[in-house]
Amino acid sequence: MSILGTAVVIGLIGLVCGVLLAYIAGRFSVKEDPRVEEAIAVLPGANCGGCGFAGCASYAKAVITGDAPVDRCSAGGAAVVDKLSKLTGRSGSASEPKAAVVMCGGDNNAAKQKSVYNGITDCGAANIVSGGPKACIYGCLGLGTCARACPKNAIRLEGGIASVDPALCIGCGQCVSVCPRGLIRLVPRSHRIHVLCSSPEKGAAVRKVCSKGCIGCGLCVKAEGGVSMTMSGAIARIEYDKAPVANPEAVAGKCPSKCLVNLDLSDRGERA
Amino acid sequence: MRVVDAPYTFRGGVHPPEKKELSSGSAAVELPLPDLLKVPLSQHLGAPAKAVVSVGDHVRRGDVIGSAAGVISANVHSPTSGTVKAFESLPSPAGRVVQHCVIEPDGQDERSNELAPFADWESRTPAELIERISAAGIVGMGGAGFPTGVKVNPPPGKKIHTLVVNGAECEPYLTADHRLMLEKTERVWTGIRILRKILGAEKVCIAIEANKPDAIELFSRIDSDEGVEVVVLKARYPHGSEKQQIFATMGFEVPSGGLPADVGCVVENVGTMSAVCDAVLDGKPLDSRYVSVTGEAVARPGNFIARCGMSFRYLIEAAGGFSVSPVKIVAGGPMMGFAVSSPDIYVTKTTSGILCLDERHTFEYSSSPCIGCGRCNSVCPMRLLPSEMACAIEADDIDGAAALHVADCFECGSCSFSCPAHRPLVQHFRRAKGVLTLRRMQKKAEEDSRKKTEQTHGSK
Amino acid sequence: MSDEKGAVNEPSMLVTSSSPHIHCGTSVRGTMRDVLTGLIPPCIAAVVFFGLRALALIAVCTAATVITEYVCRKMMNRNNTIGDLSAAVTGVLLALNLPSGLPFWQAALGGVVSIAVAKQIFGGLGFNPFNPALVGRAFLLISFGATMTSWTESDWKRVERVPEAGISAPAEVPQPGYDVVMTTATPLGEVKTAAKRGEKPDFVYDSQMRWKLFIGDRNGSMGETSVLAVLIGALWLLYRRVITWHIPVFYIGTVAVFALCLRLAVPDMAMPVDFHILSGGLMLGACFMATDMVTNPVTRQGQVIFAIGCGILTMIIRCVPGGAYPEGVSFAILIMNAFTPLINKMVRVHRFGEPKRGKAV
Ligand code: SF4
Ligand code: SF4
Repeated sequence: MSILGTAVVIGLIGLVCGVLLAYIAGRFSVKEDPRVEEAIAVLPGANCGGCGFAGCASYAKAVITGDAPVDRCSAGGAAVVDKLSKLTGRSGSASEPKAAVVMCGGDNNAAKQKSVYNGITDCGAANIVSGGPKACIYGCLGLGTCARACPKNAIRLEGGIASVDPALCIGCGQCVSVCPRGLIRLVPRSHRIHVLCSSPEKGAAVRKVCSKGCIGCGLCVKAEGGVSMTMSGAIARIEYDKAPVANPEAVAGKCPSKCLVNLDLSDRGERA
Repeated sequence: MRVVDAPYTFRGGVHPPEKKELSSGSAAVELPLPDLLKVPLSQHLGAPAKAVVSVGDHVRRGDVIGSAAGVISANVHSPTSGTVKAFESLPSPAGRVVQHCVIEPDGQDERSNELAPFADWESRTPAELIERISAAGIVGMGGAGFPTGVKVNPPPGKKIHTLVVNGAECEPYLTADHRLMLEKTERVWTGIRILRKILGAEKVCIAIEANKPDAIELFSRIDSDEGVEVVVLKARYPHGSEKQQIFATMGFEVPSGGLPADVGCVVENVGTMSAVCDAVLDGKPLDSRYVSVTGEAVARPGNFIARCGMSFRYLIEAAGGFSVSPVKIVAGGPMMGFAVSSPDIYVTKTTSGILCLDERHTFEYSSSPCIGCGRCNSVCPMRLLPSEMACAIEADDIDGAAALHVADCFECGSCSFSCPAHRPLVQHFRRAKGVLTLRRMQKKAEEDSRKKTEQTHGSK
Repeated sequence: MSDEKGAVNEPSMLVTSSSPHIHCGTSVRGTMRDVLTGLIPPCIAAVVFFGLRALALIAVCTAATVITEYVCRKMMNRNNTIGDLSAAVTGVLLALNLPSGLPFWQAALGGVVSIAVAKQIFGGLGFNPFNPALVGRAFLLISFGATMTSWTESDWKRVERVPEAGISAPAEVPQPGYDVVMTTATPLGEVKTAAKRGEKPDFVYDSQMRWKLFIGDRNGSMGETSVLAVLIGALWLLYRRVITWHIPVFYIGTVAVFALCLRLAVPDMAMPVDFHILSGGLMLGACFMATDMVTNPVTRQGQVIFAIGCGILTMIIRCVPGGAYPEGVSFAILIMNAFTPLINKMVRVHRFGEPKRGKAV
C-alpha cells in the first residue's frame, strides 16, 4: 500500500516537473533561423573543433549568420562545402582532403631509450622531465596525448609510438596542436610518400639513437628527381604543396633506413 | 657580529632527513683538469650566451667564450686555457638541449688579464662594481641562476633596505654551501660588503640554518659593520627559498607574482658572494664552484671545487665511483634537482650537487588518484591547494589550475614529498606553468603584431 | 680521455622523473595499515563485550569487502587494489557499526554494498563521495531495520543483570545461529522512547552508568560502545599522523556546546552533556568515520566546517522530538560527505603573499 502511495507521489512530481519544463522550453525558446538546423544536419556532427568553433552547431550558426566561410569543415570535405554554399548562397572551395601523419617511425625496436621515465602519462609532462625517455629528442614520446585528443579514436599507440589510421582520420588537426614535439602534420591524401623522421641531426648522430631515422643520404631525392622532394639539411623533405611523388614504389625502395614510407591515405573510411 | 634566532617562521614546509653527514665533514678538493671540458653556453636563467670563439681558437682561462645575449643573460668564460675543439648540442642538467663549447685544456691554465683586480673596490662606484659583476658572468648560484648584475640593479624607485645572504642550504644531502662558508668565510664576507655597498642596504641578514653551528660560529666571530646580523633559521625545508627566507628573517610576505625587491630586499646565495669577491678583488670571472658529490650510491661522498664544463662522470669518479648501481642521478638537491639520464652531463654555475641515489633512497611515482588526505595542502609553503590544482590539471583544466594560482608554485616539492598516494604533483604544476607561460607569450606576440599593424596603418 | 672513457662503473639505465626525488615514506597502504592497527582496540572491546560472535562478524564483513573489491576491479579490467588495504578498513569499520546479533548474510551483503555501490561504481578509492562503511550501514539499516536494531546485551550485562541501567526487561527472540538475542534498546534509544512518552529516564544521571558508558558495558553497535577503546585507537592514529585533532575535537566540541545549550534552554527535558558525548556512536564516528580522508574536505579550514556540520546534524537527528532515529552520527556524516565538494570549492586559504582583503594590489 505504502509502496503504491510512494509511486503515485513520485509519479505526480515527475509529471508536474515535466509539464513545467515543456512550458518553459516553449516559452523561452529562441527563434532561430531554420537554416541553422539544416546546416547542422549537413555537417558531419563529429564536433571535432577543426573549424575553430566549439562544435558543429556553433560553426553552423556562424556560417548562416555570415561570420564564417563555408569551407572550414575539413571533416566534411567537398560535399559539405557544396551543400553549405547552396544553403547560404556563398561559395567556397574545399581544400584538398587531408589526413594526419605522425612524422616519426622510431618505435621501441628502432629508437633507443636513454632512461626509464617515471611520471605522468602525458607527452607534454614527459617532455619536461629531461626531455623524455627516448634518446632522440625529436621523436615520438609515445604516451598518447594525441590519441586522447582525437575525437575519432583514429590514433593507435603501439610499441611506443603513435600512428594515425587514415581511414578514421577526419583531418580536424586536434592532434597536431597537442603534440609537444610538433610531429604530426596534416598532409594531402593524394600524397603517398612520407618521411617518418623529424630529426634534423646528421646521419651519424641519428644512427646513434634510432635505426629508423633519416640519415640524409639523399638517395630518395635522387630517385625522385627532385621534383616534389628536396633535401633540407640532413633530412629529406616532401614538398606537400607540389604534385605527389610520381614513382612512389621506386622511391620508397631506395631508403636504406626505412624511414621513407609509401602510405595509401586515399581511403577515407566511412565518410567516403 | 650579532647572532639572532629568526623572529618568524613560515607556515607549512617539511623536514626530510638531512643526510648532510654523508659529505659535510669532507673539505672541498680542487680537481685536476680533465682531458676535455664541455662548457654549456646557457648556465643561467634567460637567453643563452652567444658563442664568440670559433673552433680552433686558443683561449685562456677567463676569456669570454659566450657573450650575454640580451638583458637577462650572462657571459660564459673559458674555465682554463686550451683550444676550442668543437661546439656540441648536449642536454643540460635541466634536460634542455644546450650548445656546449668543447675545450681541450693545454695544461698551462694560463689566465687572461681582461679584468683588472679592483684592490681599491671601496672607492669604486656602484655602477662600476655592477659592470664588473656582469662582466664576470656572475649568476645566482643557489639554483635558478638569475644574473646577479641584473638583480643588484633594481629599477629606480625600488629602494633596497636589506640584503639577505642565503646560507640556509635547506636541501637534504647538499653541503657545498656549508663547506664554502667554512672554508671561504672571509671571501663571502667581502662579497657581502661589496653587494651591500652596491645596494646601499642598511641591513644585512646572513641566514643560516641551525644545523650548521660551525658556520654560524665563524660568521659570529667577524668584526662587523653596523646592521649586520646572522639569523639562525630552524632547520626546515624550504627555508632556502627567497620568499620564505625573507618572511622568516623579517616577516614580510613578498606579494604573489612579485619579486623580493618589491619589499625592499635582495636575496643572494653565499656562493654568489664569494664569486663577487673573486670578480671584484681578483678580476676572476665565475668559472668554477663548490659541488657536493653525494648520495648513498657514491663510494666516497665529498665536496669538490669543479670547473664549469667538467662532466658529472668525472666528478663521480673523483668521489670513488659508484658503490652500488644508482637508480637516479640528480643535478642539484633531492627536492628541487633534476634527474639526468646519464652521467655525461656537464657542470654549470648552478650545479650545487650531484646526487646519486640507490633504489632504497628514492621512490616511485604512481598514477593512483588523490585520496584527499590534505597533507599537501597543509605543507605547501605558498599555502596553495596542490590536491585541487593537480585534479584540475589532470582533467586538462589549466584555467582552473590558474585560478588556484598554480603560477605561485615554485616547485619546492613539499607536496609530492608528503603525498601518501605518491602522486607526481610537482610535474603537473610544471606542465601547467609551462602551458601558461606559452599562452602568455603567444598572447604578447599577438598583441605586439597587432600593435605593429595598427601603427603602420596609422602612419599611412 | 678519462672524460669519455667511463672509468666510472657504468650505471644501468637511470630513472628520470620530476623532482622531488625523495619521499617521506608514507603510502596509501601504510596509512590503511595504521587505521587497521588503530581499530584493534575497538575490535578487542567488541569481543570482550559481545563474545566471539563479534570476531566472526568482523571476519565476515572484511572478507566480503575484500572479495567484492577484488571482483569489481577484475570485472572493470582495472588494476587490483586490495593490496592498499582500504577495502579491509571498510570491512572492519562496517562490522564495528553493526549489532553483534546481525545474521552473517546480512553483514556480508552490507560489505558488498559498501564496496560495489559506494566505492567501485565511482571509480574506487579516492573517487567515492561517501564513506563506504557508512553507506553499507545505512543500506542495512533501511533494508533490515528489525535485525539492525536488535541490540544484543553485552556479555557482562547478561551476567550481572544490572537493573538500574534503565533497560526495559529483555524479550527473548529466537534467532538461528545465536543463542540469545535481546531486543533491547541502546541507552540513546531508551531515552528517545522515554521522551516520546514525555519522560526522562533517570539512569542518565547515574554515575555508575557513566563508567559503564565509558568502558563500553552497554548496548550498541559492536565497536561504538567502548569509548575507552575508541580513544586508544584514536590516540594511535594521532600519533601516526593519520588524522589530525581537528575533526574529532570540533565534532565532539560542537555536540557538547549544542547539548549544553539544550540543557540551559530546557533543563528538565535535555540530557546531560557528558551523556551525549559518551553514548551512541559519537566517539567512533568522530575519530574513525568523519576522519576518513577521502570523504572529508582537503583543507584544515574545510575540515573544521565539516566537523561542526556533523556535530550540529548529529544533535538535530538525536534530539528532534518524535524523530525516527535515536542516533544520528552515521547520517550526519553521510550528509556532510555530500557537502564535501562544496566545502572544498568554497574554502579558500589565504595564500602566501596574497594581498590582504580590501587592500589594493
Ligand atoms: S604546490 Fe608548489 S609551492 Fe606548494 S608545496 Fe607543491 S611544489 Fe611547493
Ligand atoms: S597529499 Fe596526495 S593524496 Fe593527499 S590530498 Fe594531496 S594529492 Fe591527494
